[in-house]
Amino acid sequence: MASPSTTADAAIPRETSADESYLTHDKGILSWIFTLDHKRIGVMYLCSVLSAFALGGLFALLVRTELLTPGRTIMDADTYNQMFTLHGAIMVFLVIIPGIPAALGNIIMPLQLGAKDVAFPRMNLASYYLWVIGACFMLSSLVINAVDTGWTFYAPYSTTTQTAVVPAAFGAFILGFSSIFTGLNFIVTIHKMRPPGMSWFRMPLFVWALYATALIQVLATPVIGITLLMMIVERTLHIGIFDPALGGDPVLFQHFFWFYSHPAVYIMIVPAFGVVSEIIPVFSRKRMFGYKFIAVSSLAIAFLGFLVWGHHMFTSGQSVLAGTIFSAITFLIAIPTAIKVFNWISTMYKGVIHLETPMLYALAFLWVFTIGGLTGIFLAVMSVDVHLHDTYFVVAHFHYVMMGGAITALMGGIHYWWSKAFGRMYEEKYGRIAAALVFIGLNVTFFPQFILGTRGMPRRYYNYLPEFQSLHQLSTIGAYILGLGFLMTAAYLYASLKNGKKAPANPWGGSTLEWQTTSPPPYYNFHNAPPVTQGPYDGYEDLEFDEKMGGYVAKATKATP
Amino acid sequence: MSQHTSETHGEQPGAAHAPPAGHAHDEHDHGHEHPSYVAHHFDSAQQQFDAGKLGIWLFLLTEVLFFSGLFCAYTVYRSMRPEVFVYAHYFLDTRLGALNTCVLLISSLTAAWAVRNAQLGETRKLVTNITITILCAFTFMGVKYVEYSHKFHDGLLPGPHFHPTEQVWELATFRNKHPEAAEYAERLTKQAEEAEKAKGADASAAKPAEGPKFELPTREELEPLLHAGVLGERAENPRVPSRPRNAHVFFSIYFFMTGLHGIHVLGGIGVFIWLLLRARKGEFHAQYFGPVDYAALYWHLVDLIWIYLFPLLYLIH
Repeated sequence: MASPSTTADAAIPRETSADESYLTHDKGILSWIFTLDHKRIGVMYLCSVLSAFALGGLFALLVRTELLTPGRTIMDADTYNQMFTLHGAIMVFLVIIPGIPAALGNIIMPLQLGAKDVAFPRMNLASYYLWVIGACFMLSSLVINAVDTGWTFYAPYSTTTQTAVVPAAFGAFILGFSSIFTGLNFIVTIHKMRPPGMSWFRMPLFVWALYATALIQVLATPVIGITLLMMIVERTLHIGIFDPALGGDPVLFQHFFWFYSHPAVYIMIVPAFGVVSEIIPVFSRKRMFGYKFIAVSSLAIAFLGFLVWGHHMFTSGQSVLAGTIFSAITFLIAIPTAIKVFNWISTMYKGVIHLETPMLYALAFLWVFTIGGLTGIFLAVMSVDVHLHDTYFVVAHFHYVMMGGAITALMGGIHYWWSKAFGRMYEEKYGRIAAALVFIGLNVTFFPQFILGTRGMPRRYYNYLPEFQSLHQLSTIGAYILGLGFLMTAAYLYASLKNGKKAPANPWGGSTLEWQTTSPPPYYNFHNAPPVTQGPYDGYEDLEFDEKMGGYVAKATKATP
Repeated sequence: MSQHTSETHGEQPGAAHAPPAGHAHDEHDHGHEHPSYVAHHFDSAQQQFDAGKLGIWLFLLTEVLFFSGLFCAYTVYRSMRPEVFVYAHYFLDTRLGALNTCVLLISSLTAAWAVRNAQLGETRKLVTNITITILCAFTFMGVKYVEYSHKFHDGLLPGPHFHPTEQVWELATFRNKHPEAAEYAERLTKQAEEAEKAKGADASAAKPAEGPKFELPTREELEPLLHAGVLGERAENPRVPSRPRNAHVFFSIYFFMTGLHGIHVLGGIGVFIWLLLRARKGEFHAQYFGPVDYAALYWHLVDLIWIYLFPLLYLIH
């Protein structure tokens, strides 16, 4: 069904306009501050999110360093509590939730739809500034008297501790609206801005994943908004909704909190599925296997994700019946997730696999995410969870999913679309080394934590028994390797902006629409409307590598230069 | 909230159009073919309107979920402490609540009418209807102000600030409904005071004669007091008529819900003033009336939330 000639026409970047891009369209700092262009907003998001990632990572390294020895290593117990709280809050609210959707999604999703922009560009910019304001509030807590409640803000501790909970919680409240704005924008964009020819089942899987994510963002985030607002009011006016001393119910807080925060886990991981779904077929040079199943399984995960929040509360006195139901629905989520993993592997089967950096990250994702996902099933079993609850096993599990899943995919996505966003190629050799370091670091950091957890090491503890020391030290060494990997990534990505090779339109041979415009794209994204005549992963056979351009071009046109 | 709303609506004004047939994705269409009211990234006025409409519905969905946390808290506490809700509702003025309900219903009518005016391009009627909507919203806030000042004056505040100046059986709302129970509560209080006095006067003396100095009340007469947690195991003081424990939680929920709703009314006022300014310039017509439509939808939701709040807070049996 693919008509090679149409693909070919669109695939040639126009030499004449090659230097005009969204990056050079307007000049000056104000043209960035007030930009309504989705790509620029995405780039601003990317820079901000990566800065927050560096800060959150620094806190993580401090926490791991403290745990090198039992008792005091470099900081006192209160500071330690503040450090892990800030690490968690920054990584969840400032990095992983906005990471893939707001940063990569903003840059790439309208391109993949062949649209000029998202549906509401001003709301998009407002979303970014809400992120900035939320980040300022959250960081102001750091300066005043850093919050020490853990990122979960559990009442009644959060309503009574002396630390600056209100700015941190208010920051998270504002970040929630930032997230809602992005989600709302994406849903409307995907519904209303698709080009003719792009039916729902011709959308790239990244778009499908962002759509499922956006639904969760819109449906779950308001609940955390009102919950944090209630917690803030509880703390300031003592209204007695959560504080048991005033007749409140602290478990109600947990219900409200997890009603958002469990779906929020899928806000973090579903876009990661989307990125991996883009990378795997392109680097396997093979059509996506089970495209429809992957697309629909994102929605299934989004839906089921709303029904499982109680599995965070197996030990907080909820009824056995409720626990059983939550447990059973949690098992169900394994099905759509496994569908994705099997389809990705089937796509690679008999493919021509190219092991460039994005693919290395995608493969790393398959490995670590599968471990993270399967250990989640352990925790969904009520009888097992009673023992593993609040141990390092839980810490290891969610870091395998969040760090190993979401961050690995974010890295894969950044490498995959770096050339498209900035028009430069990073140094492939360094990319591969850093990817290997991150993969090794991840496993060395978090695998020992599974063992620590099963042996009874509780999470968030400052001190521990001497027999845990060797595993703690191994974990800390892993964290340093991770830090090194990310430092190296930052260095070569930055260097590529300065003196990287100019990127061709299609360096990896993707057939989704974003590869049919120049790198970086012009202000209005496309010089010519790209026609959509085939599915997003069709037509690899019509592309071939052009040594001179360093990228893929359509076969038909190569003969007539 | 107002900011969010106006942001949602605000997408319209700058925006773009192309002939319905042309899905123009290339640059050549910019400027000339697009009327000023269609943003450049939309192909047609229809696409822009549809995007805005879907956007506002999604926004309203987030609003419903935002309030749902409070409705959920209301449900949990009402099922845990029904007596607190019975006790507290006597302190609310149903007439003022009903008045506000009427005011909001009228404003919803004028908001819906305004959409029709915008669609037909009737600028003068549009301005009139928007103005009435704004006036109704101000009236609502005025009545709310009166209610809030009564609560503040009577010490009906959340948490540790809860110091009601009157007992529930002293209220006209309670007396009119349950005169016998009110009288009984009063007599029992007096009796307890006298007993206290006698105790203070001569602590060493034998206890004053026990036993009621009046006829024993029937179970039916007591029912309202037990219901409201004034007597019985859920009361603060099981011996003397008092008030239910944690009665302040009702006022926490009352102020939180009506306060948040009030903020949404204020947001609505902001949006409608913005519409009024634009409507006077004649910016809305048959091809471009989206913002009026979206604002009206928002206003209906604000109205609807009140329609739920009114019976849940004021009309407890």
